[in-house]
Amino acid sequence: MPYIPHSEEDRKEMLKTIGVDRIEDLFVEIPDDLRLKAPLNVPEGLDEYKLFGHLNELASKNMSASDAVCFLGAGIYDRYIPAVVGALISRGEFLTAYTPYQPEASQGYLQTIYEFQTMVAELYGMDLANASMYCGATAMAEGALMACSIKRRSQVVVSEAVHPHYRQVLETYCSPMDVEVKTIPALASGREESLDLVTEEAACLILQQPNFFGMITDIKAAREVCDRTGSLLLVSADPTAAGLLPTPGELGADIVTGEGQPLGIPMGLGGPLLGLFACRREYARQIPGRIVGRTHDEQGRLGYTMTLRTREQDIRRERATSNICTNEALMALAATVYMSAVGKNGIRSVAESTVQNTQYAISRLTEAGARIKYKGSVFGEFVLSLPIEASQVRDELHKRGILAGLPLGEYFEGEEHSLLVAVTEIRTKDEIDWFASELASVLDNEENDLWLVGASLDQSRVQVRQADGHVDARSVETIEKVTVTKSNWSIKDQFGLEMQFTDGALAEIHEEDTAGFEAVMAALSKQLEGWDEEWYEKVVYPPFEKNAAVVFERV
Amino acid sequence: MNVPADLKYTKSHEWIRIDGDTAIIGITEHAQSELGDVVFVELPEPGRVLQAEETLGSVESVKTVSDLYAPMAGEVVEVNGALTGQPELVNSDSMGEGWMVKLKMNDASDADGLLDAAGYEAVLADA
Amino acid sequence: MTTRTVPTPKPIFEKSRPGRIGCNIPVADTPKVDLAAAVGETRDSVAWPEIGELDLVRHFTNLSQINYGIDTGFYPLGSCTMKYNPRINEQTAALPGFARLHPMQPEESIPGAIEVMLGVQDFLKEITGFDEITMQPVAGAHGELTCLMMIKAYHESRGEGDQRNIVLVPDSAHGTNPASAARCGYKVKSVPTDAEGNTDIEALRAVMDETVAAFMVTNPSTLGLFEPHIKEICDLVHEKGGQVFCDGANMNAMVGVTRPGDHGFDCMHLNLHKTFSTPHGGGGPGCGAIGLQSHLEAFMPAPLVTRGAVGEPVLDDDRPQSIGRVSSFFGQFLMAVRALTYLAAYGSDGLPEIARHAVLNANYIKARLKDVLPPAHDRPCMHECILTAKEYKKYGVRALDISKRLIDLGFHPPTNYFPLIVPECMMIEPTETESKETLDEFCDAMIQICTEAREDHELLINAPQKQVVGRLNEAEAVKNLDVKWQADR
Repeated sequence: MPYIPHSEEDRKEMLKTIGVDRIEDLFVEIPDDLRLKAPLNVPEGLDEYKLFGHLNELASKNMSASDAVCFLGAGIYDRYIPAVVGALISRGEFLTAYTPYQPEASQGYLQTIYEFQTMVAELYGMDLANASMYCGATAMAEGALMACSIKRRSQVVVSEAVHPHYRQVLETYCSPMDVEVKTIPALASGREESLDLVTEEAACLILQQPNFFGMITDIKAAREVCDRTGSLLLVSADPTAAGLLPTPGELGADIVTGEGQPLGIPMGLGGPLLGLFACRREYARQIPGRIVGRTHDEQGRLGYTMTLRTREQDIRRERATSNICTNEALMALAATVYMSAVGKNGIRSVAESTVQNTQYAISRLTEAGARIKYKGSVFGEFVLSLPIEASQVRDELHKRGILAGLPLGEYFEGEEHSLLVAVTEIRTKDEIDWFASELASVLDNEENDLWLVGASLDQSRVQVRQADGHVDARSVETIEKVTVTKSNWSIKDQFGLEMQFTDGALAEIHEEDTAGFEAVMAALSKQLEGWDEEWYEKVVYPPFEKNAAVVFERV
Repeated sequence: MNVPADLKYTKSHEWIRIDGDTAIIGITEHAQSELGDVVFVELPEPGRVLQAEETLGSVESVKTVSDLYAPMAGEVVEVNGALTGQPELVNSDSMGEGWMVKLKMNDASDADGLLDAAGYEAVLADA
Repeated sequence: MTTRTVPTPKPIFEKSRPGRIGCNIPVADTPKVDLAAAVGETRDSVAWPEIGELDLVRHFTNLSQINYGIDTGFYPLGSCTMKYNPRINEQTAALPGFARLHPMQPEESIPGAIEVMLGVQDFLKEITGFDEITMQPVAGAHGELTCLMMIKAYHESRGEGDQRNIVLVPDSAHGTNPASAARCGYKVKSVPTDAEGNTDIEALRAVMDETVAAFMVTNPSTLGLFEPHIKEICDLVHEKGGQVFCDGANMNAMVGVTRPGDHGFDCMHLNLHKTFSTPHGGGGPGCGAIGLQSHLEAFMPAPLVTRGAVGEPVLDDDRPQSIGRVSSFFGQFLMAVRALTYLAAYGSDGLPEIARHAVLNANYIKARLKDVLPPAHDRPCMHECILTAKEYKKYGVRALDISKRLIDLGFHPPTNYFPLIVPECMMIEPTETESKETLDEFCDAMIQICTEAREDHELLINAPQKQVVGRLNEAEAVKNLDVKWQADR
């Protein structure tokens, strides 16, 4: 084995120096009944050529973003990684270093971390940043627990529009610490319905920018609420968006965390990632994890060293600010190279291209038969309402080489028709056009379950299934006008006969289910092509008002 | 080591100057020299009521944290605010400008149980 | 020191010039949009450096040249297992079929990735002797925390959650042990080490009662010694209903020789970045796989990568008793790729050679240095030896001074002042990947330094001299906190 250099001769000499005959003699302290007697039941070793072949075969079984066009986001983004990033972080002096506990022998790494902290703090508009956390989710959870210890409160309030995985990790971290997690509903409009849940008991309010649905969050309003309740404001912020939007710091965040993967780190099935953590200066002593500072040596030369060390586990043990030890230094280095390479103008360009591509994708995908679920500004990501189940669209497009996005039904009950779509700066017009045309073809080919509300319609006839199961079919040619509201819909035929369906007909759509309603509308409008469509109060976000209606009339 | 005879001491290396029913508390010269450069002193809020031996704060050097203990029960009446900006006073003048807390003792006779200079010197000799 | 004498580069911000850029950024070919209409208000420009690509490459290359790594020289940092990081691992982890996978892709599109995770889990099950493995924890301390959370959930499931609020840790434990226990809401009690360097069993017996949730044991201990009574210790804890966690930082001493799962432990964490050669990267990423016995299975974090009834790969997210999710996705997947590459290279015949040679190397150093730096405990050590430099205190020399002098002689220092119970401690872990010549050069340097300590201690006190900086004023670093570059500073 090339990784163990010992020759037979070496072993002999070493054993002689030690004063034993065999290597086994060095293991005498392990009781005999605990020593393995049989070889490990694992495959035999592979030579390097076969080894690469084996791993390469496993890799080739996956459909990566090199094989498909990626419109999946939800916190992990398929972005451009400059070639210099991989080249520089694979230098052995960085790759194979340990934590810089001996600063004199680690000035190179320490300086990069200092530069990293500076650039992250600048990005988020904060006073200081640490040397990194594990990932966006754990960084946010650590921030929440830090807020609890600063405020001596044991409750945190989080928006439903924060990444569901992040909220799960938050729950996992808070539960054994007896910290209560309260969640602000946000599903109806894609934004926090109200911030009333934030009271004097809340150590912090946690929001995401842009939020999980891609929407731009009103941080200023949250700041005002937090000022009233004496709670800290924690914002989990996407770093690319932070290159364009007003910074969380200037809008009043006390703690800003984020996932640094978009800053030059491969998606890698979600690991390793890079937790970003920044806060106001007054909380420096409560911050979790490592921090590098600048100082001088005896000769007055500038140098870098880890600082505020007494916060950490190896010194303060059970009273440390966190148990974190190993962080994501190499990923922080990747981000430092990325941030330096794209620089001041590059990050703006990446963010603007993202917005531009996103807007184009929105226009093309809505033409293809989908609707935008939430009204409001988005950055890089948005939720589509589809006439058929989103997972069906995802699976169908996957077969065609498109990672279409994330079906939200997997995370939110009743959201089976919602698809979260991300568009980065590297998506091209052609790729977006292709996505749109494939989506259109999927929607066309499907037996749209339009009348899941209680009726079905095709080009020739209307089938009305009433709540009691009675089915009434009539030729579509006879229908003049279809009016649909949230709780009631009616068909008027050429003979002036008007059929009213109340309650039962739309009963399967929940009162708050704007998405379900919209999905029906999207499919209906598609099938009544050529009809004049008029929306009264078109889509009213929320709550859906009783008198809102959509009317289709034969032209 | 300078161990003034007019002060009282604890085994945990605090010195106490008794002035009527007030006790002024700091850490000894020995303690500051063991800690090295003091970079942060955490002190209680004035008004806080402490039990004897309760943790009242901590002194940090670059790589060590050392707790301060109340030598007797009492109420914090004043803390040395100068240490916030100049924690190095603990090193340069541990028995003077580096004082930390003034405690109004619940019972002035509690001071009788503390070590005198000779007793503390014996503690240092054992260390 | 094998780092070159290059001056410390200026902070990159001082090299910035308006209009330069360090890479060729893709620009959207879609129609332009009105930015204000799309996103509303925008920020001022981000004050990141503007620097050309070559100058950028030189900046970071020059910084690397004043940094020590395993690739540049011997790195005997105790408890950290600084072994060679095979380059083939980097090559496999960079395959686009791994590196460009999105974590929320449909399961059917990542069968190879699931096989990688299962492959590592299968190896680790066999190596550790545990029933189950998950790699969702992303670092060692994170693995500890995850294990304690499972233990807490286990006690709660038995109605003993409130009663068991104490976690025991040895006085020799890594700081992460008590810190993780505190992060799990536990009170921490310390268990002393006896004169031989083992857990003081009588002291353990005295504190072990029904209020104890778990005992966290590092085996081999941080003293580099195998705990010979480990079965008895586990039995003692189990009798009172407690759980025993194994801190697996020192797994390198046991691979293929003995299995913690057979010692009586209920769960453990592993550092794939120590034992299984994934690079430390300057302090991370780690990879904190955990192993556990079947009675804790129900509480494992979700989702689990597992096998179905007929051995088919499954992502199991339906776990009602789970402690929940502990990190964003599946843990450090690309580190798992590296670990699998390493494990598959060694295979059944090769794996035991890791522990055998790690232990051989450590005992060799101990033997060669015993006259100048005696071991804290004179017993066969495992993968690392713990020496004490206390006799040099009388010359005004501390362990740290010896370490700083080592830097000038071209070696990374050992771990100092840990474990806390050994005075003037030097913890040396050579790992199996170092040759006899390297160990000899290191021992020669240590012997030379010990002579210098007696005869010319100024050499040590003023070390290091040959680096870009000497010893830094760390008090200044705390008091005048400068953690962010500013133009006027």
